[in-house]
Amino acid sequence: MTATTVEYAPDVAPPRRASPGDSFRARMTRRLPLLPALTFTVVVTQLPFLYTIYISLVGWDRDHPELGKKFVGLKNFRAVFADDSLRSAVLVTVELTAFVVVVAVLIGLGLALLLDRRFFGRGLARTLLIAPFLIMPMAAALLWKHAFYNAQFGLINGIINGVRGWFGNHTPTAWSILTDHPLIAVALPLIWQWTPFMMLILLAGLQSQSGEVLEAARVDGASNWQIFRSITLPHLRQYIELSVLLGSIYILQAFDAIYTITRGISNTTNLPFAIFETQVDSGDYGLTSAEGVIVVIGTIIVATFALRLLSSLFKEGTR
Amino acid sequence: MTNAAVVRLGGVRRRRPRFNAGSTGLTLLAWVMALLFFFPIVWMILLSFRSESDAATPRLFAAFTGVNYDGLFSGDVKIAILNSLNASITSTVLVLLLAVPAAYALSIKPVKKWTDVLFFFLSTKMMPAVAALLPIYLITNDLGMNDNIWALILVYTAANLPIAIWMLRSFLLEVPREIIEAAQVDGANLVTILRRVITPIIAPGLAATALICFIFSWNEFLFALRLTGQNAKTAPVFLAGSIAPEGLFLAHLCAVAFVVCLPVLIAGWAAQDKLVRGLSLGAVK
Repeated sequence: MTATTVEYAPDVAPPRRASPGDSFRARMTRRLPLLPALTFTVVVTQLPFLYTIYISLVGWDRDHPELGKKFVGLKNFRAVFADDSLRSAVLVTVELTAFVVVVAVLIGLGLALLLDRRFFGRGLARTLLIAPFLIMPMAAALLWKHAFYNAQFGLINGIINGVRGWFGNHTPTAWSILTDHPLIAVALPLIWQWTPFMMLILLAGLQSQSGEVLEAARVDGASNWQIFRSITLPHLRQYIELSVLLGSIYILQAFDAIYTITRGISNTTNLPFAIFETQVDSGDYGLTSAEGVIVVIGTIIVATFALRLLSSLFKEGTR
Repeated sequence: MTNAAVVRLGGVRRRRPRFNAGSTGLTLLAWVMALLFFFPIVWMILLSFRSESDAATPRLFAAFTGVNYDGLFSGDVKIAILNSLNASITSTVLVLLLAVPAAYALSIKPVKKWTDVLFFFLSTKMMPAVAALLPIYLITNDLGMNDNIWALILVYTAANLPIAIWMLRSFLLEVPREIIEAAQVDGANLVTILRRVITPIIAPGLAATALICFIFSWNEFLFALRLTGQNAKTAPVFLAGSIAPEGLFLAHLCAVAFVVCLPVLIAGWAAQDKLVRGLSLGAVK
């Protein structure tokens, strides 16, 4: 048999359990290829977490090594919960993630619908549209901050001042997105970069629609809007859920944009940046570790639900 | 590459409606949006070919100069790019070496509780990376691996392994089982099956997985910032450090940014029809 034979295996592996008849040796052979990856992942991702728990329970201050490491119990955890700044960082994280994901999905959906038609140069338009996603996040953040936002030589204020000039007002505007809307300033490059991602997933969803169903609906006299509402949108639901979920996983971790654009000032500190700051600036390793442990536990709780959703998505989504 | 994408996209679509104003409007809108999204990149490239004083006053046209690209392929930039290449390529190779057998054990010959294992890998991806920053920083210090590119390589390998396993698994599920069974009947062992039978079939998927891992490693900033110093500094860290505290720097910054973005732009465009599958961890094809 050659590789060209088109005979697709089922998409989801059958839950083939090792039958009782399987020998120990057979089971071990089956497991063997998995072990290197599993061991590596456990060592690199789980051991550091145990170390974090240990540090969180001993007081460890980088700048006061003379204090040494001694068991302090839950003192660091109490300090984290007593601190308002971490609560506000959680809020900023949720706000930023929700804002970026919602806007990116909406624009992404619009772009996917636009690209799901045949028109002149569609391949090139798609190529241009995915480019922002391929830009290094650090480069994107620097580009937006200095080439677009800067009050003196940035393009945004340049355009505003140019328009004011036409109306005879030659004093440069005092408005700057960095001081007036810092969280939006952080969000814009993220939206710019993640909209293509949403667009790609939703476009794949649109193109997996059955052409016959759409044709039949059209023959029956359904309007474009009716077709979108009753056929396309229900079909897209799982793709929208998937894009929201994956987008959230990545944007919850946003760091580069905040580090570069605002450095966390004027209430733009999200969780990753807050933990980074405690660690690098204050040097209170015990406190940072307690923050890390709390965030990981919080993530486990959220992720348990997310994974349940994801596993149902993957069951339906693999097609 | 673009042609292939067009052909694929244009394959099984509905009939084109007769010419009408609405359709032209939509085409126009699509093009306006495409140009709007691409504009910041055009702006970056335009600024990179201007003198610093021209770049400091925003306007569409200005005198062309290549001065910002002088010396960009030597010295510190070169070191940073070589470090980035080293970290990205080495970690990608390690990821594939670990992920191919693991994906095999999770798809073709699934071990017991394979879904649990699969979701364990994925859950490590959901954990906030910043929580691992301190312990990994301290451990690398203890091991004397501060400012050593290998610390980054290991971190990137662990970070990309879940993505690669999920992605490769979706490609492996498409390998016809009869081929593998035939090879087994012929007495081939696991290594032979992986190397001689499976790898050639999933080569396109393997390439796509490698590209995704490469892109993520190339762009990573947080760990690179914390774990590297002068020697092992990677491109994003160099870029972040290339803004001058005073004076004009925008044109130079845009030139550096463009140069360090170029490898991923090219790689991503080349793989664009596989990008969706990789980014959705194989859930969407």
